[in-house]
Amino acid sequence: MAKRAAPEVNAGSMADIAFLLLIFFLVTTTIEKDSGINRKLPPMEESDEDVIIKQKNIFTVLLNGKDQLLVEDELMEVKNLRAAAVEFLDNGGDGTCDYCKGKRNPSSSDNPDKAIISLKNERETSYAAYISVQNELVAAYNVLRNRRALEIGPQKGFRDMNFVEMQNNYKDVRYTGNKEKLKEVIDQIKLEFPQKLSEVQ
Amino acid sequence: MSRFNKKKGSEVPAVNTASLPDIVFMLLFFFMVATVMRENTLKIQNQLPVADQVEKLDKKNPISYIYAGKPSQGYEQYGTEARIQLNDKFADVNEIAAFIYSEREALREELIPFLTVALKVDKKANMGIVGDIKQELRKVNALKINYTTGVGDALSNLD
Repeated sequence: MAKRAAPEVNAGSMADIAFLLLIFFLVTTTIEKDSGINRKLPPMEESDEDVIIKQKNIFTVLLNGKDQLLVEDELMEVKNLRAAAVEFLDNGGDGTCDYCKGKRNPSSSDNPDKAIISLKNERETSYAAYISVQNELVAAYNVLRNRRALEIGPQKGFRDMNFVEMQNNYKDVRYTGNKEKLKEVIDQIKLEFPQKLSEVQ
Repeated sequence: MSRFNKKKGSEVPAVNTASLPDIVFMLLFFFMVATVMRENTLKIQNQLPVADQVEKLDKKNPISYIYAGKPSQGYEQYGTEARIQLNDKFADVNEIAAFIYSEREALREELIPFLTVALKVDKKANMGIVGDIKQELRKVNALKINYTTGVGDALSNLD
């Protein structure tokens, strides 16, 4: 049995391989970013003119100290909240909202612009339950906005893209489409379904 | 027989280590890129609730973090009720205003209106403390807030 010296492995290209791997990881690694629900607090100074809001345009959601959910003074499960909020926002009672598909119930909200969701909590409410409810209410807005995006998107050249995807694409630097046009569509949808969610202390 | 003896003296060739620095540098770069540095040492329990309708917190705008939760092990002398933590120490509700002003001090003037306050609140905390924080933020006109959450099914928070 001849025992030959193993021929030396050419290591000249090792650096190339290392750099290839380095570049691969550089490109594919995403640094974990915080995410959450964005909210804007109302300013402190009270405006002088009293805004009169009709009771039917307010959707009261109360989360009490025992984490029970009361929607329009009736007990409700959190999982049903999204559908109830969608129904309220999409009602279109006064007929000015031609993109609404609601029941046009005259005793519910007039149009999405006037409809306000008022979220109340008590000091003992748990933060986890509060976030769940916030999440469901944001989801209700997103349901309607997504539906609207799929309706008007194709006319503006953004086929098969719902509102959430539109927003993600708008923020994505790698997105190759027309961002200005996309911004227009996003703004239009935001105007048609404005997020009017008030957090009462 | 000489055929067999010929290779007796030769040893296993040494492994070429010329590329070892490359590998080490690669690892170094990888960890440099992927590491997120935590700016604060947490003295409180901070298990965030989860939600699925979340937006990414934009790093382009300045962010200040306010933590709240029950003091964690080793800090029991601060009680069992949820407390606020600003930077590295426990704080009172009325210290939030000063905190926001000092955060603004460090910013370029044109960025001040874009300052977002990220509330990292433990899921077991109650809304009383969050309401107090929000009220303080309104007083100093820091109105952009973000309830920082994990990503997951929101209904799972309740069990």
